[in-house]
Amino acid sequence: MSKVIVVTSGKGGVGKTTTSASFSTGLAMRGHKTVVIDFDVGLRNLDLIMGCERRVVYDFVNVINGEATLKQALIRDKAYDNLYILPASQTRDKDAFSKEGVGKVIDELKESFDFIVCDSPAGIERGALMALYFADEALVVTNPEVSSVRDSDRILGILSAKSKRAEDGLDPIKEHLVVTRYSPSRVESGEMLSIDDIQELLGIKLLGIIPESPAVLQASNSGVPVVRDDDSNSGQAYQDLVARFLGEERPMRFMGPEKKGFLQRLFGT
Amino acid sequence: MSILDYLTRNRNKKSASMAKERLQIILAHEHTNDDAPDYLPALKQELLAVVSKYANIDLGDIKVNLDREGGFDILELNITLPENEKKAKAAARR
Repeated sequence: MSKVIVVTSGKGGVGKTTTSASFSTGLAMRGHKTVVIDFDVGLRNLDLIMGCERRVVYDFVNVINGEATLKQALIRDKAYDNLYILPASQTRDKDAFSKEGVGKVIDELKESFDFIVCDSPAGIERGALMALYFADEALVVTNPEVSSVRDSDRILGILSAKSKRAEDGLDPIKEHLVVTRYSPSRVESGEMLSIDDIQELLGIKLLGIIPESPAVLQASNSGVPVVRDDDSNSGQAYQDLVARFLGEERPMRFMGPEKKGFLQRLFGT
Repeated sequence: MSILDYLTRNRNKKSASMAKERLQIILAHEHTNDDAPDYLPALKQELLAVVSKYANIDLGDIKVNLDREGGFDILELNITLPENEKKAKAAARR
């Protein structure tokens, strides 16, 4: 049985595309046939983060309109041959997304993929609603910051009211909390919301914590999802997250500040 | 954490807990309005227009609440009228 997973947040700039890229790559690294779809019509970026921007020929809207076949539009990842990217259209307007059109493409993908990851645009407009409509599970990406937490709360409301599962009266979408840009030292000094605070406010189960790290920018600079960076703490955090999603038990890392030496503690870094 | 951080720590300590408190309040508030119909704000505006023909009130004087009790929706309106203006003036003169 294939699964549709939406990566969503409401607020922009919190790490949806970074998470979509690393989550889908992580699933492929573990041997699962995975496709990741960019739903951000007009603001295509997943291709850049995945490092395949120069190989885009056809896009999602072309497929919906019957101008290209799914096979023509899917881009195979260079490093993992069980990973595919379906890029967003850069030129068309969002009205191209009809429920029927998107549903047909997702049904076709379900025939050959284990996991279908939908990278949602920010906001609660058509693109975002379409990205979550067909979802079985959701990764709710949240920063430890007031506006992000509030927007995540709104998105949780929409997930439980406006999805296909809600409309058909099926089991609700399974929601997972992903906290990104987390800075344990700032939490310890009381200037950042803690994991416990965010979990208490949103009331959903924590899937992973991604610490604030320079590796994320370096990864996007080079077009290699950060999950492939074994040496960075955020890469390891995404690997843990994927393992947990697949049902493995992994203790939460990167919750506390890094250990510092005596002199460092005295004088800061 | 350096000595400097340690000295400024108490001031910073407040901001995360302030964030949490503010979020608890606003999320609770937004959840109570979850299934309120979309027309409530417009209803308020129109009520204001009607009542202000006769009395001097503003939007803050109108409270519209939607409650649910045993399958019934109860729309509660609470409009605070200003004190009688003549009386108020007389009181001020005295």
